[in-house]
Amino acid sequence: MSIIRPYGDTTGDGMVQLSFTLPIPHDKRAEGAAVQLANTMGMDPALVVHAKAMGPDFTFFVVYGPVNHLVDTGKVEVVERDYPLLSPKEVNLAIRKTLRRRLTIVGACIGTDAHTVGIDAIMNIKGFAGEKGLEYYRELKVVNLGAQVAVPELVRRAKAEKADAILVSQVVTQREAHVLNTKEMSAAFREAYADDARPVLVAGGPRFTEQMAGELGVDRVFGRGTTPGEVASYLVDALVTRRRQTPSKRSA
Amino acid sequence: MVPVTRTVKKLDLDPVTVRKARSLARKAGRPIVDLARQHTTVSVERAVLRLAGLAGADTEGIPWVNRLADTVRADVGLEHGLALPVWDALVRGEAEDLSVLAQKAATGSVTFRLPEGRDAVRARSAARKATAAGLKRVDARRRERDRLIKRHGDPEQRPWIYLIVATGDIYEDIPQAQAAAREGADIIAVIRSTGQSLLDYVPEGATREGFAGTYATQENFRLMRAALDETSRELGRYVRLTNYASGLCMPEIATLAGLERLDMMLNDSMYGILFRDINPIRTFVDQRFSRQVHARAGIIINTGEDNYLTTADAVEAAHTVTVSQLLNEYFAKEAGLEDWQLGLGHAFEINPDLPDSFRLELAHAMLARQLFPEAPLKWMPPTRHMTGDVFRGYLLDGFFNLVGAMTGQGILLVGMMTEAVVTPWISDRDLALQNVRYVMGAAGNLHEDFRPEPDGFIASRARQVLSESVELLEEIVDDGLLNAIGDGTFGLMKRPQDAGRGLDGVAKRSPEYYNPAIELLEEAPPPPSSSSLPRTPADVRAKGRRK
Repeated sequence: MSIIRPYGDTTGDGMVQLSFTLPIPHDKRAEGAAVQLANTMGMDPALVVHAKAMGPDFTFFVVYGPVNHLVDTGKVEVVERDYPLLSPKEVNLAIRKTLRRRLTIVGACIGTDAHTVGIDAIMNIKGFAGEKGLEYYRELKVVNLGAQVAVPELVRRAKAEKADAILVSQVVTQREAHVLNTKEMSAAFREAYADDARPVLVAGGPRFTEQMAGELGVDRVFGRGTTPGEVASYLVDALVTRRRQTPSKRSA
Repeated sequence: MVPVTRTVKKLDLDPVTVRKARSLARKAGRPIVDLARQHTTVSVERAVLRLAGLAGADTEGIPWVNRLADTVRADVGLEHGLALPVWDALVRGEAEDLSVLAQKAATGSVTFRLPEGRDAVRARSAARKATAAGLKRVDARRRERDRLIKRHGDPEQRPWIYLIVATGDIYEDIPQAQAAAREGADIIAVIRSTGQSLLDYVPEGATREGFAGTYATQENFRLMRAALDETSRELGRYVRLTNYASGLCMPEIATLAGLERLDMMLNDSMYGILFRDINPIRTFVDQRFSRQVHARAGIIINTGEDNYLTTADAVEAAHTVTVSQLLNEYFAKEAGLEDWQLGLGHAFEINPDLPDSFRLELAHAMLARQLFPEAPLKWMPPTRHMTGDVFRGYLLDGFFNLVGAMTGQGILLVGMMTEAVVTPWISDRDLALQNVRYVMGAAGNLHEDFRPEPDGFIASRARQVLSESVELLEEIVDDGLLNAIGDGTFGLMKRPQDAGRGLDGVAKRSPEYYNPAIELLEEAPPPPSSSSLPRTPADVRAKGRRK
């Protein structure tokens, strides 16, 4: 079944909940305006279950109702995971057997972003969502440069550490800063390295979508909810499995 | 009459252990204070120029204090302080005032020297006079605050409700801050642009462009304080304003806060080192000066222990919070701050999936309350385990508020259910305040009935954290605090003392070193003031002026 609708308590009822604020005082007209908005969004009938004045100039609404839109799951576009998910043991084994040395990963929050929560969730031994971070993997050498690292400094450290992969995180962003910062980073690495010697570039953060890799000039983008295990599995796939098939200078 | 929400002596803590913890914190902190007294930084020296009235920036936006400081440093070095060479030039008649001198210095038409003998005496006395005038303005602003609090009154309830505004545009911030105050905020914090902590100058003027926050500038401070004064009048309640004295310019920002009557400043002894990779010595020198200014200005500092728990595990690292609070207390008191000015931080960051997580949070919050009974503790909401599930987040914030109510916190930073999703929407703020009001209304006095079993889970956990804190403090005393920071003891960050940002702005003081601001701050007792965080509104009326 590829055509579906939202599910409230009966198959096919199409029920959704919605909350929003309108910049008008709370009165009957405001509630009518909320219904009109919900109708336009495809909710019909729209039931305003809650309306509350927030100060003299704003009203907050909660609206319930069925949407008349259908979803065709056959037409949904996603980046499917194109690498096998490995356990930490399997990651370590793959690196040890094939590479015969540790993989070096350098991570940082670049630009003005001071929020290390993303990079820490992936890299710190503590990890995220019950999975240990990359520091836990014996065959990974992890260098976490922390917050507000300038791009030239990141390139310098990547060279000094002979990095196999670069992980950058961008959490807080205004006016597309996360996109600009990441583009600056990927351009700097492309300039500083020969194509076949460049480390694998990975960007992560809640504002990125996986489809943005090409635009950003990185090899992979990870979005919200990514676990350390997914990143480690990807790195093994990119740096160990695939490299064996197409040998390059880096594997020397 | 609002009852006192405090949980003093509810935990059976061994007074000998508590005393030992304090004395170890003193031992660990003492060498750092000595180090701070042996060094100066570019920002401490620029703060002197700001106190003496030098303001404004050149056409490129570089402040005149930076232009002047850089020229003097190039001519005579930083190690003697800027006051002697600068006021020597003024006494010599190189310029009629500081701002003309700065302009001349920028064009290279004046050469600085280190005065000796009678010239040095004259320069010293002129520098002292000019700086004292600035401190007088700070004192006047403090008296003004006392007057306004008396006129408008303090919030009825505790904890005080602290809300954040962060649009990047001061003219957008102002109506938002006023609206937040009308909705019930007692304290407005204007978050800074993320890049500012690493700027080695303070931007000038009213600013409309910032990243995830608004630049801290003297003009932005003035505009926001004036707007909140208007709102305080309207609401009949003094609304406090908070900003950040952190990063590379913290001494200057502390000074500007004193000059513009900000009421609270985020000011942590180690935050810049750990989370901004600022050089440890730079930080400790800047810290001491900024705290001396805050002490003088009657500003309540907010420390940043919550940050450790965003990187380390909130259960395993609970004792590092206590250790940091004890160190912050020592450094604060050494710099002249009083108990009522210590907004020591802690946070609700334990993984909610952990069994008994709420009981652990209660234990940690009660421990902090009992260790620092006179301090207005700052209680900070969950961030790390806010997943984007806003419904679960709203529940978590409710439990956070409940701990705040049950343990008599002084300042409650209101948690947003959209933490980690978006910067707060107007509806997020409204829902968050409803959450706070419901919990305070329903359970605000629960502390009267709540006494943990003397040997129960909560009391034992508090004792365990305290004893782990003592063990860690012992290690720090043996190892030296700078080494402990280098080893990653706090927040898992490793920060060696010979690295980090801003190191090139540090100099060891020479025997000729003279800093009139530090001299004045250290010799004068703080001016009379009644602005202590009151336990009840009645207290503040009864207390009156304290000599």
